[in-house]
Amino acid sequence: MNPSPQTTTDAPVHHASTAAPLDRDALARLVAADIPAGSFVNLGIGQPTNVSNHLTSEQDVTLHTENGMLGMGPVATGEDVDEDLINAGKIPVTELPGASYFHHADSFAMMRGGHLDVCVLGAFQVSAAGDLANWHTGAPGAIPAVGGAMDLAIGAKATWVMMGLFTKDGASKLVEALSYPVTGLGCVSRIYTESAVFLLEGGRVVVRSTHGTTFEELAERLPVQLHRG
Amino acid sequence: MAPRIATSAADAVAGIHDGATVLIGGFGNAGQPMELIDALLDGGATDLTVVNNNAGQADAGLALLIKERRVAKVICSFPRQSDSWHFDEAYRAGEIELELVPQGNLAERIRAAGAGIGGFFTPTGYGTLLAEGKETRVIDGRGYVLETPIHGDVALIKALRADTAGNLVYRKTARNFGPIMAAAARQAIVQVDEVVPLGGIDPEVVVTPGLYVDTVLPLPATTEGAAA
Repeated sequence: MNPSPQTTTDAPVHHASTAAPLDRDALARLVAADIPAGSFVNLGIGQPTNVSNHLTSEQDVTLHTENGMLGMGPVATGEDVDEDLINAGKIPVTELPGASYFHHADSFAMMRGGHLDVCVLGAFQVSAAGDLANWHTGAPGAIPAVGGAMDLAIGAKATWVMMGLFTKDGASKLVEALSYPVTGLGCVSRIYTESAVFLLEGGRVVVRSTHGTTFEELAERLPVQLHRG
Repeated sequence: MAPRIATSAADAVAGIHDGATVLIGGFGNAGQPMELIDALLDGGATDLTVVNNNAGQADAGLALLIKERRVAKVICSFPRQSDSWHFDEAYRAGEIELELVPQGNLAERIRAAGAGIGGFFTPTGYGTLLAEGKETRVIDGRGYVLETPIHGDVALIKALRADTAGNLVYRKTARNFGPIMAAAARQAIVQVDEVVPLGGIDPEVVVTPGLYVDTVLPLPATTEGAAA
């Protein structure tokens, strides 16, 4: 499903609204198309990993995996599986020409130091101010685990979130204030969902495009003030 | 001084005492010094503090140390996995202490120990539950948390190759915590696929200089493609 232009602006075609919601591949394709050529990028575990399947060779994007590698290639299969070559999800991967390896402290320094251009993460909730919750449900008895979530959230020059806009119960995951434990404050600048793409601009929530819904419907349903893109 | 070349895994870990803080390398199976961990299990040292990215998987290595209640405390970033049942059980029974640290802070705290740093301000974790009770500071408008170094009595790590001076090279993402743990522990014990003579490793490609390495345990190459 390719988004078709419905408005006459200077924006790229893929920024246009569509009549239908985005499925997972369409959403991943949209995120991939937004990554600037030549970027160094970290893709979080889960939905964001799918973005790599939609990057083009012309984009010349270099993937970082926080366990210590730049230049990560596709998932390894068959004879290419090597237990010493895995990604942050502990899945066997491959190396591309120009790849490099480094230890954990260097890998996170690279991230924390702002040397990565884009990080794409999943989320439980994002607030209008760009606060992110994605590490812990806070449920009683849950054993907490954080991994690299807090480092990823605040490290890259731009942090984008991919998530469903609503919970199974229909509650908005774009909120005025987080009810889940914080992963990072004020760190998210964009949210990609099946229903809309949001730009978070200093507390303002701008709707860049809608998919299978309208600005008016979202304005009614979401608990945050929306602005037209 | 050149490192001691151990004759067996048991020999390599023989000096680890009760109550020791043990830094264990590895991320998933990559770089996990499984033979050294097994020897630590056989050796009987108990009341250990273990520093690792995880808290053991399935029925092997660190998970068995936890199952046997030999680990009093785990410092890690990601204890909960689908196969971390031994940790889960010990934790829910209140029989193991957990210090949960964001992964990059964990790495930097280990690095800081090896580098003689007394503490550092990091933006990671600021404003979260994991910064509660910690000193914070706003620097140039951004919030930071004070984190302190993690020193080890012992580090157990895995490298691809050592020379007799203890210089190490690693293999792919198995490098992970190895270099920083080697520097952060008073005693670094390293299992390698092979030990080569002096001059057998190009000085330009040494990752961990031999000064950090105290004991080397050569094991027959078990890593597929390791000779490449």
